[in-house]
Amino acid sequence: MIYADNAATTKMSPAAIQKMLSLMKEDWGNPSSLYTHGQHAKETLEKARADIASMIGAEPREIIFTAGGSEADNQAIRSIAALGKKNGKMHIVSSAFEHHAVLHTLERLKEEGFEVTLLDVHENGIVRPDEVESSIRDDTCLVTIMTANNEIGTIQPISEIGEICRRKHVLFHTDAVQAIGHLPINVVQNRIDLLSASAHKFHGPKGVGFLFVRKGIRLIPLIEGGAQEHGRRAGTENVPGIAAMATALEEAVTSMSLHTPHLIRMRDRLIEGLQKIPHSALNGDAVNRLPGNVNFCFEGIEGESLLLLLDDRGICASSGSACTSGSLDPSHVLLSIGRVHDVAHGSLRLSLGEDVTSDEVDEIIASVSEVVAYLRGFSPIWRDLIQGKKPFIL
Amino acid sequence: MALYSEKVMDHFRNPRNVGVIEDANGIGEVGNAKCGDIMKMYLKIEDDIVRDVKFETFGCGSAIASSSMATELIKGQPLSEVRKLTNKAVAEALDGLPDYKMHCSVLAEEAIQSALEDYMKRTGKQI
Repeated sequence: MIYADNAATTKMSPAAIQKMLSLMKEDWGNPSSLYTHGQHAKETLEKARADIASMIGAEPREIIFTAGGSEADNQAIRSIAALGKKNGKMHIVSSAFEHHAVLHTLERLKEEGFEVTLLDVHENGIVRPDEVESSIRDDTCLVTIMTANNEIGTIQPISEIGEICRRKHVLFHTDAVQAIGHLPINVVQNRIDLLSASAHKFHGPKGVGFLFVRKGIRLIPLIEGGAQEHGRRAGTENVPGIAAMATALEEAVTSMSLHTPHLIRMRDRLIEGLQKIPHSALNGDAVNRLPGNVNFCFEGIEGESLLLLLDDRGICASSGSACTSGSLDPSHVLLSIGRVHDVAHGSLRLSLGEDVTSDEVDEIIASVSEVVAYLRGFSPIWRDLIQGKKPFIL
Repeated sequence: MALYSEKVMDHFRNPRNVGVIEDANGIGEVGNAKCGDIMKMYLKIEDDIVRDVKFETFGCGSAIASSSMATELIKGQPLSEVRKLTNKAVAEALDGLPDYKMHCSVLAEEAIQSALEDYMKRTGKQI
């Protein structure tokens, strides 16, 4: 099997699994208990907090643990919106291709009277800082722009955006779920006020994440019922998951300089190979993108059938076609960079893992090329295109 | 649980009656690229019987499987029977489709009925 869907989830690191197992077997106490067994768990929890904080340039008390990236996004946005509402600031700036954890939360806030400006991400899939600046108003309480896009991998100029927000006295949240552990991030240097992360995107366990919130910014709990996380997130802490997340993040951050050049070489080899397929196009900027992300559109075919046939050949990938989402519309990300429906249905995302080899990349190129040609062979759209009845889009 | 039944996967992996009939006397095309599904059916009808049928499909796995199964169900059948083909029959023959994929079987039914209409228009015959 060639696993090329690391943007969906990653395989857990053996060290993280080991960490989890030992905590489940031995240090399984409740961190809120006062006896020694419970306090051991508390120590483990606080060590994980300190380790994670140090990986992103934060202070331990600025990290709160959540059950994943979506919860962190929800809590960050809801908290700043509540603050804004209190101060009569009910305008939020975001981008058209945020994750649904952000977009759907913003939709809810609109129902509550908030105004939301969704910035264009242009053909290259990158938000322009000057447009962030000009969209900020006197009543803007929050700018929320992702660090890197989950489908097309484009990296956003978060330092510049953070700088603008600081200057304009607006809080800046970034959904860094796809970026943490894959790109260098420092909340101080990048001028980040709030940041969301999810463990399973960097070889940690599922169902665990964290929210960084700069000290002095008040969070409102989404979950009530206990004093855990200083009253900001009730519920007994997932100590094994949290400690494993810290282990995985530490591994990812310390090995980043080793993995990144290899991943970029593999990514660019894959892009080069897939570009040889006629009437295909890379989605998003070719350079400012996550080291392992490749996303293509192939004209005349549909993504789900492509994925199923790749699965038959042992290749795991994903697509932004409507059929893979259960709706009639293809991915909002592909539409946001100007891909029309017809072409967006034929998309393929390949997100490589650090251990990918050049032989595997070549196998992916060969398989995708064959499957695309096969599906085009009985596609009525392709027939119309090659017979000149319709113009090619790509 | 797998996304699709074994039968759907079989018809998706090895679609029957794929291609074009150059001298077809009934052609139907339904769906649109915007929604991600297009089906085109070619019928060769002689003596009120579907002597040959071929299809071309742009779409997901269940769209391809539905087209393939529909062609199997009507090949060699009299037009009076073909006229009665429903999407339900196509879906049942595939051992079912997920709810949100039922529209694929509807497209298959519509493509065949549209090809029959085309045949009637061309020949002036009624079925």
